[in-house]
Amino acid sequence: MSAGTLDSVVAGYIPLLDSALLVIASTYGFAEEQGIDLKLIRETSWANIRDRIAVGHFDVAHMLGPMPIAASLKITTLAVPMRAAMFLGLGGNAITVSNALWADLQGEGAAEDGEPRATGEALASLVRKRADAGRHPLRFGVVHPFSGHAYELRYWLAGVGIHPDRDVEISVLPPPLMPDALTMHQIDGYCVGEPWNTVSVLSGRGRIVTFKEAIWPSSPEKVLGVTESWAARNPDVLHRLIQALKNASDWCALKENATELAQVLARQEFLDCPAEACLPALTGRLQLGKTGPEVEAEIFKVSGYGAQLPNPHHGLWFYSQMVRWGQAIYSDEDLKVVQHTFAPDIYSSAMGLAPLTAGRADLGFHFFDGLEFNPENVKGYIDGFKIRS
Amino acid sequence: MSPALSILVIDDNHIRASIIEQGLHDAGHFRVILVHEMDGLVRRIAEIDPDVIVIDLENPNRDKLEHMFQVTRAVQRPIAMFVDQSDAGSIEAAVEAGVSAYVVDGLKKERVKPILDMAISRFRAFSRLTNELAEARSELAERKTVERAKGILMKTRGISEDEAYRLLRKTAMNQSRKIIEVAQSLVIASGLLEE
Repeated sequence: MSAGTLDSVVAGYIPLLDSALLVIASTYGFAEEQGIDLKLIRETSWANIRDRIAVGHFDVAHMLGPMPIAASLKITTLAVPMRAAMFLGLGGNAITVSNALWADLQGEGAAEDGEPRATGEALASLVRKRADAGRHPLRFGVVHPFSGHAYELRYWLAGVGIHPDRDVEISVLPPPLMPDALTMHQIDGYCVGEPWNTVSVLSGRGRIVTFKEAIWPSSPEKVLGVTESWAARNPDVLHRLIQALKNASDWCALKENATELAQVLARQEFLDCPAEACLPALTGRLQLGKTGPEVEAEIFKVSGYGAQLPNPHHGLWFYSQMVRWGQAIYSDEDLKVVQHTFAPDIYSSAMGLAPLTAGRADLGFHFFDGLEFNPENVKGYIDGFKIRS
Repeated sequence: MSPALSILVIDDNHIRASIIEQGLHDAGHFRVILVHEMDGLVRRIAEIDPDVIVIDLENPNRDKLEHMFQVTRAVQRPIAMFVDQSDAGSIEAAVEAGVSAYVVDGLKKERVKPILDMAISRFRAFSRLTNELAEARSELAERKTVERAKGILMKTRGISEDEAYRLLRKTAMNQSRKIIEVAQSLVIASGLLEE
């Protein structure tokens, strides 16, 4: 197929491991195979991603799951109705702390293997002691207010009795700057997507204390964001793009390709990081500290319908946290908007699946603290939280 | 008459920031503060308490700024991104030009729009000129740039060619920069001021 016959698609992305499907679809010919010339543009902030997709510079974008929801609910600037056309993977995030904070947490009985409850309780005990001693509250970094990272960190903190707005400080930093901010003592810890946890671990600057998969197993992270209007105008191109990303994900999921994938992602034009920093999440062996230990878990999953088919219930969970932390005011109407934003129909028709193959709910919601999320009673779920804004 | 607006320009490109500052001065805005360093940005904004913030889109701190604007205890007055829904074209023009603006709550759009429009036109002109320069960045082009810079100095200062070259060299030495860099800044700046 000659270049002249390809449909051009411009995609914005942030340098993170879960941009892998876009990177591989674009560089390994999976997009071209579907008649698409996929042009990737690396961005420096999620705000730029939001603005540039809203004004039409980008056709699609690598977005934080809650971002299209915030746009559809009009609780962000430059808000236009958006869709999460597919998930770009599950998991992939971790919480990393400075060496000094890790030493303190060990003193309080933190788990060595990333288990969130014991480590969280150690942190809670430390936070109380620091407050009693009149010391500055601990500072944590997240990548964006409307992000899985913000909600995971907050869920974990609140789940062990730490109020994320009163007992600690949470600020926002771009992912690649987190390791440096930790080294310069601007923050004591952060929640970010890979490889920006492993970068700190391998260089001996930080310790991973827990990870997304341990807080909320098999949970969505980035999505393929698209405006409702672009999706409506270009259904065929969008379907082919999704097919290309699905084919790219099958390549990415093969363990024998992990080293090559890490090398491609690490290139200066993409993530611009050491290739070995990309490997742990790709091989399911996360190294928590410079000298170990290593945990084996499927901390980042990109292939299969389970990792790609949008699920309205996941959208509802993100919404419950938006309300919990004062970003949105609950309304029954909003529930419909959220479910539509995370509806599986675009992906299903791209894959030729039956329209209601949203059997994903069967996977359930298993949080580290044992609380149940009932998508049928979002209001009741939110009201049940003692710690909230 | 309403009190003068204070305008904070966040741009780590010194030349571009100065060009915007000049444009704002020319438009009668004298409370313009330039910030190049990102360290302690939050504290600086709280101190300056600006009415309008202009920031370049290459800046990786936009997410941090927007978060700070949401958490109101860090700033004295609510600040939001400049979005005039009736004028989608100007938002697109701003993003196209690579600039964004944030404005305190309650400011009338008639007062803010000219500031944004000015920033957009200066950003555009700057990128057009830097693109032209980048394309022609061969040794020959560098020599031509120095020639152009000398010509500008001879014309504006009424000095000889030798004196113009010595002035470029002295400026470069004083700032520990290359002559070509000084010449480029001069050519860009004078190109913009002719706009």
